Amino acid sequence: MMGGRRLSLDWIGAVPFLGYVALFLFLPAAIIVAGAFASEGGVTLINFANLSRPYIVSAIVSSVILSAVTAVGGAVLGALLTYAIATGNPRSTFRRVVTSACGVLAQFGGVTLAFAFIAAIGPASAVYVYLSQHHLDYYASGVWLYDLRGLELVYLYFQIPLMVLIFLPAVDGIKPQWREATESLGGGTWSYWRYVAGPLLAPAFLGSTLLLFANSLSAYATAAALINQGGPILPLQISNAITSEVGLHEPGFAKAQAVVLIVIVAIVSVLYAVLQRRTARWLQ
Amino acid sequence: MSRSRRAKLQLFRVVTFVLLGAFFLGPIWFMFEFSTRGVGENSPRTLDAWKEIGTYPDLVAGIVASLQLAVITSVGILVVLVPTMVWVRLRLPRLRRVIESISLLPLTIPAIVLVVGFSPMYQWMGINLSDSILTLSLAYAILVLPYAYRALDAGLAAIDVKTLSEAARSLGAGWFTVMWRVIVPNISSALLNAGLLSVALVLGEYTIANNLLYPNLQVEIVSLGRTNAGVSIAVAVASLLFAFVLLVALSFVGGQRGGRRRTRERLVQTFGRDFSGGTR
Amino acid sequence: MTASVETTPREGVEVRLENLQRRYGAVTALNDLSLTLAAGELVALLGPSGCGKTTALRLLAGLEEADGGRVVIGGQDVTGLPANKRDVGMVFQSYSLFPHMVAWENVAFGLQMRKVGPAERKKRAIEMLDLVGLAGYADRYAVQLSGGQQQRVALARALAIRPKVLLLDEPLSALDAKVRSRLRDEIRRVQLEVGITTLFVTHDQEEALAIADRVGVMNAGHIEQLGPPTLVYTRPATPFVAEFVGLTNRLPGTVRRGVVEVRGTELPLVQADEGEGPAIALVRPEAVSIATDGDLAAGPLVGTVIAVAFLGATSRVTVDLGDITVLAQMPTSAAAASPAGTRVRVALRMDPVLIAREEKAPVEA
Repeated sequence: MMGGRRLSLDWIGAVPFLGYVALFLFLPAAIIVAGAFASEGGVTLINFANLSRPYIVSAIVSSVILSAVTAVGGAVLGALLTYAIATGNPRSTFRRVVTSACGVLAQFGGVTLAFAFIAAIGPASAVYVYLSQHHLDYYASGVWLYDLRGLELVYLYFQIPLMVLIFLPAVDGIKPQWREATESLGGGTWSYWRYVAGPLLAPAFLGSTLLLFANSLSAYATAAALINQGGPILPLQISNAITSEVGLHEPGFAKAQAVVLIVIVAIVSVLYAVLQRRTARWLQ
Repeated sequence: MSRSRRAKLQLFRVVTFVLLGAFFLGPIWFMFEFSTRGVGENSPRTLDAWKEIGTYPDLVAGIVASLQLAVITSVGILVVLVPTMVWVRLRLPRLRRVIESISLLPLTIPAIVLVVGFSPMYQWMGINLSDSILTLSLAYAILVLPYAYRALDAGLAAIDVKTLSEAARSLGAGWFTVMWRVIVPNISSALLNAGLLSVALVLGEYTIANNLLYPNLQVEIVSLGRTNAGVSIAVAVASLLFAFVLLVALSFVGGQRGGRRRTRERLVQTFGRDFSGGTR
Repeated sequence: MTASVETTPREGVEVRLENLQRRYGAVTALNDLSLTLAAGELVALLGPSGCGKTTALRLLAGLEEADGGRVVIGGQDVTGLPANKRDVGMVFQSYSLFPHMVAWENVAFGLQMRKVGPAERKKRAIEMLDLVGLAGYADRYAVQLSGGQQQRVALARALAIRPKVLLLDEPLSALDAKVRSRLRDEIRRVQLEVGITTLFVTHDQEEALAIADRVGVMNAGHIEQLGPPTLVYTRPATPFVAEFVGLTNRLPGTVRRGVVEVRGTELPLVQADEGEGPAIALVRPEAVSIATDGDLAAGPLVGTVIAVAFLGATSRVTVDLGDITVLAQMPTSAAAASPAGTRVRVALRMDPVLIAREEKAPVEA
């Protein structure tokens, strides 16, 4: 119906958007990928080789451990909270308030979160002052809030609500008839979870845990606000690599680290998508 | 369900909500508590820390800059996205999937990774174009893109873009008029949604600003926090309250009947799928 | 040819519901409900939404606890037992099957709960699927089966454990009309073959009348009439039953001296001691006939045919008598003589009729 010339005129309408995105999304991506493989003098793998520096290896390992811990912790606690929400009246105001709150809290991170915990349990907090005066000095062996152990606790603050948001649809998909069918066929609570609800929710639970893992791995702001020096995790190392003196001399180094991070995240995303398909098939 | 099982379930629910409720509400409450402390033991609550906010010029500059960035970014993303999305719906339907995938891409890219690519770009821009902090809005628009897209997509889906624009055109309206006086008024709540989300996100953004060495609000809060905890926490609470008010406003600007619930749920889903780490 | 499960048919057991009470807050769902199902009998509980039929079934299943009364299965008082100890088989209205298991795994689930070994339970599951006519579908998931097939698998699953009672909670309501009647007969066939005592809950009176040994018509938490389908249909015990089961004409009239006078005709009463005064006579369409001879000028029973509904062997003729319309059901050959527009005279057969006093029918058409 439309001639070829008419079509190419229409194309122009998409140019501003595509141009902007090309410049500020694809260009940075290209810079990262190209730069990771570059150094003075051309294509090289030296940046990736440099990843074996002890402090980088340690940062990657710490990141993975931190992410795993907060993913599993967030997943388990989040699953319990999800179950508590799902077993209530689906149309109640309480449920809507709680799910909205989870939406807000999942995004609530970074600086404000760090400061909230400093205010709540930090060295100058009312809680610490009170407890340490009563011989419960929990910073006796160091102020753990400002290192990895503190991050593990603080990250749960957004990991748990995130878990609720992504796991709740799956739990809602469990039909009460399945529980009743199990009972009428002679199964009790344990059998129900072992043979019916457990297997049905397992892919969703696993997928959500993976998502939490990627989320934690990518987090930067909270750690930057809590940890003043050093770079015990990968995102902080990346930041150091961009902003420090060292970074100026080795521009490809930060990019290599970024590539490592994004590759892990991408793998996790793919696994999540696979598990999500299974979940959707059973639990709509 | 048997009575004993129901009772056990209710007990579990109460315990869970109380314990986790304390975990989530506690830090927020303590932020208020911390920022309203008086000097010395047992002194009454005071808003001194809050009043001091204005006395720190860097902090004020950060607040101003962040507010400006919030406005520029949200207006900017709407100005780019709305015509594009309408145009794609009308004339380039085959591009729709492409535009959608691109728009949702930033959800899967951590901000700390993005900023590595931005760094050399902003160095170049600082030298050759402008080193104003406001150039950050170009980067922020990318962060904001998925949320704005989802909100606008829901709003546009609820109206018949094709019919409306064809009717307007047949009555002699130019494209600008169609956009401004036909489409925009009909998606006003989606626009507001997208705008509010963008503002909340920009105000809370730290990762990109800090790594590109621009002093926005969150950066200033952190640097102030190293010297004056009370005031920095007061600002943090203020920005939290502001974001909370925005999000509450969001839930009322739901728009068309069923669209409200669906928009909100899609947004919740969008939130849920984000691990760009922009605000974390 | 479908195979039987075992060589000796199972003997059904007697099931008794005694004085069951169930309240939800201020609402009484079941009010002193008593019902006995004889061994091997299929009883249908029929009634509108909210009448308590599903509640009665769920109390029998053990999925809910009664506030009062007893449930006795095969002579054993199971009132205090939870559902998983009652040895009942249940088929739900929808979402019966576990989505992550194939058909035979679903059917074998109850056997798995009873610690039957994997090889043995697969064998018995396949036998049960054969019984319901789904022999080749053992490896299909629920999503790969049609609604009717899913319910048949659900039936096989319920029967695989050889329960004492079979409970069906509106199993056909979520299915297409065509599938419904086929599956209904299939369920009855299987039930007779296995010889199991069965409670079948439905709001569809055609279903209930078609397959049940006895029908219990329920309203507001109690049984209004319990009896064989023919009896419930031809001799409804209460106005509610008359109007819920089959079609009824509501003809205003007056009760006087032991009869009800309707438009000039005096009809005997089912209840001889009805109070005098204005009343509504409930007359079945089968008791109404039309004639085209005689004086058709005017009269309380003279009117015009406005519609003829062809129902196969019979037809239903709608006659407009001016102030009301009347339905008459007759062999199609008789109806053929009076197409729409014909002036006819209506006659009411002298069967005893029930009286209703309310202005409005208790049940929506």
